Amino acid sequence: MIKAIGIDVGSTTAKIVGVNESGEFVWSYIEPADPRVEDQVERFLEKVREMAGSIEGIPIVATGYGRNLVHQATKKVTEITCHARGVFKQLGHGGTLVDIGGQDSKVIVIGPHGEVVDFTMNDKCAAGTGRFLENTAGRLRVKLEEMGNVALSAPEEVKISSTCTVFAESEIISMIAHGVRVEPILKGLHRSLVKRIVAMIRSVGLVPPLMLSGGVVKNPAIRKMIEEETGEKVILPDHPQFMGAYGAALIGLKLGKG
Amino acid sequence: MSLRDHLKYYWNVKLVGSAYLRWQRWQAERKPRIPRNWRTDIIAPPLKISARTKELISRHYLEGRYANGHKPVAWVTSGGPVEILQALGFYVLYPENHGALCGARRYALELSEEAENYGFSQDICSYARTDIGAMLSGKTPVGRLPKPDLLLACTNICQTVLFWYRVLAKHFNVPIILIDTPFVYKNAPEHAIEYVKKQLEASIPVAERVAKKKLSFKKLKEVVRLSREASELWLEIMYRGKTKPAPISVFDQFIHMAPIVEMRGKPETVDFYAAMLKEVDERIKKGIGAVKNERKRLLWDNLPIWYKLRFLAEYLGEHGISVVASTYTMAWGELAPLIDPERPIESMAKTYIYPILNRGTGYKLQKMRDMVDEFDLDGAILHSDRSCKPYSIGQVDQRNRLISEYGIPALLLEADHNDPRAFADEQVKARLDSFIEMLE
Ligand code: SF4
Repeated sequence: MIKAIGIDVGSTTAKIVGVNESGEFVWSYIEPADPRVEDQVERFLEKVREMAGSIEGIPIVATGYGRNLVHQATKKVTEITCHARGVFKQLGHGGTLVDIGGQDSKVIVIGPHGEVVDFTMNDKCAAGTGRFLENTAGRLRVKLEEMGNVALSAPEEVKISSTCTVFAESEIISMIAHGVRVEPILKGLHRSLVKRIVAMIRSVGLVPPLMLSGGVVKNPAIRKMIEEETGEKVILPDHPQFMGAYGAALIGLKLGKG
Repeated sequence: MSLRDHLKYYWNVKLVGSAYLRWQRWQAERKPRIPRNWRTDIIAPPLKISARTKELISRHYLEGRYANGHKPVAWVTSGGPVEILQALGFYVLYPENHGALCGARRYALELSEEAENYGFSQDICSYARTDIGAMLSGKTPVGRLPKPDLLLACTNICQTVLFWYRVLAKHFNVPIILIDTPFVYKNAPEHAIEYVKKQLEASIPVAERVAKKKLSFKKLKEVVRLSREASELWLEIMYRGKTKPAPISVFDQFIHMAPIVEMRGKPETVDFYAAMLKEVDERIKKGIGAVKNERKRLLWDNLPIWYKLRFLAEYLGEHGISVVASTYTMAWGELAPLIDPERPIESMAKTYIYPILNRGTGYKLQKMRDMVDEFDLDGAILHSDRSCKPYSIGQVDQRNRLISEYGIPALLLEADHNDPRAFADEQVKARLDSFIEMLE
């Protein structure tokens, strides 16, 4: 039985999560982000209605970049707070959470009671975000889902010096023109992204354990390289892509209980 | 200096201009108007003194407009030892203040681009770009800037000014006085103060030559006394922020700080700040806060973001957050006790070696910590100013230590004081929103 709903309108995907009375993750749905946010959210809610009947009286909390466009929401909360709530509830401890999203990445230090102690976000550009890989994957004609494994299959890697997504692309084109193979380039690309992320982790100061969420989690190379670069084991929550929406739903649940 | 120029000056500035500006102020004081869309539901209306600030600043630039040929003109860096020039009767222009005015009026980008099109890099401080752009194009929102007869650059704020003023010196073909202030880690050693003092002494004959008159020490002492009085009043005003709710915010301070920077050593500046203090005290008596529903109090570090003052005041004000103190506005008051009118040159040497930007990063951290205690603050926003390297260096560590060692929540906000291209609206909002939630 769904008691609260969280909706995370991100830059690449939109997610919805339903939780039960005790805050357990019971239902979720994801779609690529639709620029017509209101329509998409309406569709999402329709799905909930189909399944659960009426949603009358169920609190809805919106988060993510598009949260202010979700007029159906009872409350709007930032991704930082929501991610911290979601991950804390699932894993039961604080630490440092790294969330790599499509257009923004964040590092959140979560305190022993699930509170946000500190956070940082990527700079004003796409470097250090999922978009960096997505863009270059297109150039290399490798499917996004396969990128991580292809990268890991390379015994050696080349160094990509540009952190700028656009410059990295031209760097890659020139490498290919010089006959460099795709695998080591991909490995280098992952390294470049991970170094950027690790710099963010260092800027807030790593409080172990290290946790990872966001769509990029599906990429095994990222996780492995973060472990290599930080020397810390990475812990994943159960539904890494839904932590924002899950946290939002949990906040909703609390609202419902007054 | 010609009779015609003198007449023009008296007619335009002393007679017509001043009278008109005074009339304008009276009008504004009689019927205070709140600017359009001002969120009076969130923040207090502008201070009544604003009408006077406007008059002072307008008259200052009006004087500048007709100064050439009437008075010697000097362009000076914001931390420059200006008292000698004031005592010699110079009209003093602060390019940084002019830059800030352009920033607040959203005119800085256009001037910056003038400089960039000429070949100056976007990595140079946006004040320098704004000023050089104004110099090259002659454009300014204040009518016309007077040409300098003398330049005075003091390195107590940064090294940028050294190169910037060389560009000005070459362009205008005028002499430049450089006051080099050794960096201070803890206490300035005697020899460093002596070194600055010698430079100040050596600057006197240069300035005298340009002014074509001798410096009167009596006059200098008077200027230094007024400079101290104004700085003391300014400091008092800053400290009134300790009251809860804080009667004025740093955004008010930013708007009303121009006189303490560019009109130090003048009697009207002392009067102005005395009146401002009075108004602030009235607010305290009535319990009026800069933010209507003050729930949290913050510290601001680094320069203002001139083109976003109101946006920030309202965005934070909406959540009951009042930014009540800043290391930046404090810099023009905290040195007041060092100024000694009886020993003008020695005390100037001391005063001008100690600005916050001429001291180690550890000092600034300590200062921020102390201010958090003194003003009873809940957190800090550190504006990482792309332009101002000396102010921004060390902020990452300062922020981390505020959090880890003192438990003070702190946010690093990346922007630029004058270049709006370095300000990303959505990203700034995302950071502020998360920070606000964290403070709850
Ligand atoms: S670099 Fe900083 S101190 Fe120097 S002129 Fe620019 S803003 Fe002022």
